[in-house]
Amino acid sequence: MKVLVAVKRVVDYNVKVRVKTDGSDVDIANVKMSMNPFDEIAVEEAVRLKEAGKASEIVVVSLGVTQCQETIRTALAMGADRGVLVETDATLQPLAVAKLLKAVIDKEQPQLVILGKQAIDDDANQTGQMLAALTGFPQGTFASKVDVAGNELTVTREIDGGLETLQISLPAVITTDLRLNEPRFIKLPNIMAAKKKPIETLTPAALNVDVTPRLTVVKVAEPAARAAGKKVASVAELVEKLRTEAKVL
Amino acid sequence: MSVLVIAEHDNHQLKAATLKTIAAARKISSDIHVLVAGHQCGAVAEAAAKAAGVTKVRVADGEALAHQLAENMGTLIAGIAKEYEAVLAPATTAGKNYLPRAAALCDMAMVSDIVAVESADTFVRPIYAGNVLATVKSSDAVKFVTVRTTAFDADDSNSGSAAIEAVAAVADSGKSRFISAEMAKYDRPELTAARVVVSGGRALASADNFKSVLTPLADKLGAALGASRAAVDAGYAPNDYQVGQTGKVVAPDIYFAIGISGAIQHLAGMSSSKVIVAINKDEEAPIFQVADYGIVGDLFTIVPELEKAL
Ligand SMILES: Cc1cc2nc3c(=O)[nH]c(=O)nc-3n(C[C@H](O)[C@H](O)[C@H](O)COP(=O)(O)OP(=O)(O)OC[C@H]3O[C@@H](n4cnc5c(N)ncnc54)[C@H](O)[C@@H]3O)c2cc1C
Ligand SMILES: Nc1ncnc2c1ncn2[C@@H]1O[C@H](COP(=O)(O)O)[C@@H](O)[C@H]1O
Repeated sequence: MKVLVAVKRVVDYNVKVRVKTDGSDVDIANVKMSMNPFDEIAVEEAVRLKEAGKASEIVVVSLGVTQCQETIRTALAMGADRGVLVETDATLQPLAVAKLLKAVIDKEQPQLVILGKQAIDDDANQTGQMLAALTGFPQGTFASKVDVAGNELTVTREIDGGLETLQISLPAVITTDLRLNEPRFIKLPNIMAAKKKPIETLTPAALNVDVTPRLTVVKVAEPAARAAGKKVASVAELVEKLRTEAKVL
Repeated sequence: MSVLVIAEHDNHQLKAATLKTIAAARKISSDIHVLVAGHQCGAVAEAAAKAAGVTKVRVADGEALAHQLAENMGTLIAGIAKEYEAVLAPATTAGKNYLPRAAALCDMAMVSDIVAVESADTFVRPIYAGNVLATVKSSDAVKFVTVRTTAFDADDSNSGSAAIEAVAAVADSGKSRFISAEMAKYDRPELTAARVVVSGGRALASADNFKSVLTPLADKLGAALGASRAAVDAGYAPNDYQVGQTGKVVAPDIYFAIGISGAIQHLAGMSSSKVIVAINKDEEAPIFQVADYGIVGDLFTIVPELEKAL
């Protein structure tokens, strides 16, 4: 079974982003970039399937600027076999990403496609579902457990109020939730080995996909900051303040 | 033109998230239709017909919709979406699952998790774990939108009397099958709707402590229980307790953050709470920067003391 994993290069989760003074966009010049944490989980899941003899080849795909190569290299160092970079400086929104991934899937014909449930920059939580729609594949979103048996997947999903288990047929799209697995630490020899693995570069034009954004960002702003409150010295004082000052009890 | 709201329900009860989504829809149009998709869900349709502001309820009733599988929901919604200027669903795990699928089938973009409606095509939504608010304008013919329910006030006056009509249910995709659901049974308020939330973090140190320390306080306050990701990952609390960027967003009147450091991913889920109380032994913990009231000390002595003092 061939597995395709989509990995996005995003601002590292430890960075607190700032908006540009003109409010046109966020300022991500010179901030640390990393693989989207949910995509690390996606790569890890694919690598575990390969180690278990269930996956034959893992192709990782990243879409965006040249530096997405670094994100692909990280995935290769985790154990993926080869990479595809769809290179563009254009702003890519989830629908465009889904169309580009669909075009790559048409070429690669994977049986299983794994994405993160959400990119921690746009917090959209859309791409996997859109990709499933465009390919006609069933979807197992927010997965916390995935079992492959023959031509079927059993997926446990994290939903409001509990867990849901579905059986879906392959080919399929999975999106990862945090508790699907814990990604491995990458060892130095694997980083060296990853340098030798191939990365193919494509473009939206070569894939014949129109990536024009449908959504325009009118402005961005930082939300009103919460003023830090006060420290109280005792439980009695806290209760008193909640009753008489905040009036919430 | 009218707006379609997709109802959140379990085939028996209409969920409060629907009313909040209707509240957002009313900022776009005064002609609001609600789609109730399910199986043997007549009671839900009747409840939706009474919701304030609803002009029509459309019911798609069929076995293929019993569990709202995304494949079938996507096809159903995409089939009728073009009759509307906007299609809204709550940003619950259900809405997040099927709505992007429907949007893509219509070749349209989607706006996730809005917290405000600026105009019929312009919406405000948090990005970067809520550190930034983006105002986005959609150029698509149908606006597909999910709604952060805590950001809108439900009108629960039940003053509506909409007509109910049937829509043809879709055939099953055959590609996806519901096997089972393990739903937690809670005898306390639902997390996203609760007036008071008591949340615990890694500091609780075990599932037993989580229960024995936090439950009495939550019981006394009639509160919902929540947790940080660290507490959920460690198995101290069930996964659907998680508050934050990738968990639930809550906005209660009062939020107790107990043994929670206040990582930005956690703040993303609770910083709209009216009053925040933090209990933490580290006076430098970032949670104190957003807390209205903080107590520095050991939660294992403070929480029981607080429970007694209430
Ligand atoms: C992609 C991504 C998504 C994430 N999504 C979420 C999310 O949705 N929600 C979320 O919560 N996190 C999320 N996180 C994790 C987040 O970054 C933090 O790791 C997590 O919130 C920390 O949980 P905590 O505060 O319970 O633990 P810690 O950071 O370990 O804090 C424990 C706190 O307890 C205090 N303490 C210890 N003992 C005591 C005691 N006896 N009495 C009083 N105080 C005590 C300590 O001083 C400390 O401040 C996410 C991370 C990533 C990378
Ligand atoms: N530019 C991109 N390159 C590769 N994968 C992406 C890209 N954008 C989104 N994805 C994938 O889609 C998932 C969900 O993203 P989103 O819908 O933007 O929240 C991510 O976790 C990735 O797996």
